[in-house]
Amino acid sequence: MTAALTMEHVDSAYGHVQVLRGFDLELRQGEVLCLLGRNGAGKTTALKTIMGLVPATAGRILLGDVELNSLAPHEVPKAGVAYVPQGRRLFSELTVGENIEIGLMTRGKGAATRDSVLDLFPVLRERLKQRSGTLSGGEQQMLAMARALCLEPQVLLLDEPTEGLMPSMIARIRETVAGLRERGVSTILVEQRVDAVLPVADRVAFIENGRNRETVDVERLREDPEMVHRYVGVG
Amino acid sequence: MTRLTPSTKSVALHIGVVLALLALNFLLPEYHRGVFARVLVLAVFAMGYNLAFGYTGLLSLGHAMFFAAGLYGAGLTIYHLEWSVWPAFGAGLAAGVVVALVVGFLALRTTGVAFMIVTLMFAQVFYLMTLYFTTYTRGEEGLVLPQETRVLGFPGGMLDLSDPSTRYLVALSLFAIVLAAILFLVRAPYGRSLIAIRENEERMRMLGYNVFVNKLMAVVLSGLFCAASGAAYAVLFGYVGSGFAAIQYSILPLLWVLVGGAAATLGPLIGTLFMFYVIDTASSYTTAHLMVVGLVLIGVILFFPKGIIGTVRERWLPWLP
Repeated sequence: MTAALTMEHVDSAYGHVQVLRGFDLELRQGEVLCLLGRNGAGKTTALKTIMGLVPATAGRILLGDVELNSLAPHEVPKAGVAYVPQGRRLFSELTVGENIEIGLMTRGKGAATRDSVLDLFPVLRERLKQRSGTLSGGEQQMLAMARALCLEPQVLLLDEPTEGLMPSMIARIRETVAGLRERGVSTILVEQRVDAVLPVADRVAFIENGRNRETVDVERLREDPEMVHRYVGVG
Repeated sequence: MTRLTPSTKSVALHIGVVLALLALNFLLPEYHRGVFARVLVLAVFAMGYNLAFGYTGLLSLGHAMFFAAGLYGAGLTIYHLEWSVWPAFGAGLAAGVVVALVVGFLALRTTGVAFMIVTLMFAQVFYLMTLYFTTYTRGEEGLVLPQETRVLGFPGGMLDLSDPSTRYLVALSLFAIVLAAILFLVRAPYGRSLIAIRENEERMRMLGYNVFVNKLMAVVLSGLFCAASGAAYAVLFGYVGSGFAAIQYSILPLLWVLVGGAAATLGPLIGTLFMFYVIDTASSYTTAHLMVVGLVLIGVILFFPKGIIGTVRERWLPWLP
């Protein structure tokens, strides 16, 4: 299977504090790859490094043939990578419709993309004129994902999308991620909880001290639950 | 009966405000008509400031230089080069755009408090230049543009800009044009992207927006409107002086916008008008008028925490742009 995105021996740092150290990762076409690890392991930093928000000081990040770490941060989404950060970060003063329009404008996408995205999140279609700051947590997460999908990305980065959501909403988010896989979108999913990952992930990468210690198929994780104890400290 | 959409209501309100201001030209006593003409011109300055501060979140302490660039661009070309009003006005606009482009390009490398200080420093440099080149500017004393130079030529005739009614109508025309431009701008996708930048720059970058270029465009547009106000002030009131480049004129538009309502199209007009009359009324009763103004401002902050229009929008009229 060909790689959608590759990180080769990537180092990155916040100022003088190095977080990623020789980080390797391969995201295959159309798969859902989950990053698991303790707090501070470097999961979120890995996503931010891909987006150029934290500069890579060594190594390469490739999207197909495009070297992402040679691009300015605002050019990375145009290359085909969309990022939904932890905590959603909507433009709360703008309406649902305006948030979606902002997503569409970057790559000049039109009504077809908008409709396709809203088909994934029908509840948003009913709230287009509502201020996004007044949506529930689950709806805000859906809008954050919808806005990112307006870019029609090849690769989607999701940072703890189920954090703080009720179970029915978590199930809905999982279904959406699975639906995106059917559309050929490759996804990197950062999660703290294993139970949130198993139903949707194809592979899991265990992150520890800024390194990818091991990447395994999700079946192997089911067969060997001890692995989770080893890297994450919980079952 | 069909209900009016928010968009229709908003356009109708703005047209209504302009028509009401037009009617005031015929209703106001001479003194108040003069005050209103000045307020309309300075409200354009505040609208320009609102675009940068209210909509884009750029807290500048240097907008006096954009106003003064327009003021001197128009005033100096009339006074020294004997240009007529139209090209002089154009020179004022061009000066504002060039200054905004250069200052924006350099200052936007900073954010927050640093941006305030950098813009303040640039404005101080501009102010000191107006004092340094006294041969041309006559510094604090300033230049008085002769009445015969303040004539607006049209294919069908001439308008004497020193005539109170003409001055009011020209000020209103400029105000109406800039108000329509701002209304169009903030309802357009570009305006929404400015609000989004104000809310979360990093998120916009992650959606593929070149935040620097968008903010620079906002500063240039803001500079253009402020320069239009300055150029209009020069030709309508016939005075060009260093006082307009001083820090006071960087703080005043901030005050007008905060009192009227930031990121509200009509906020700058209401704020400028309110502050003019509070100061005017208080100073006619007491020499300690600044104390009265301070008390009134405390009241405004208590009862209208988001400015007059901003609070009205939040509490009663959510459709206000």
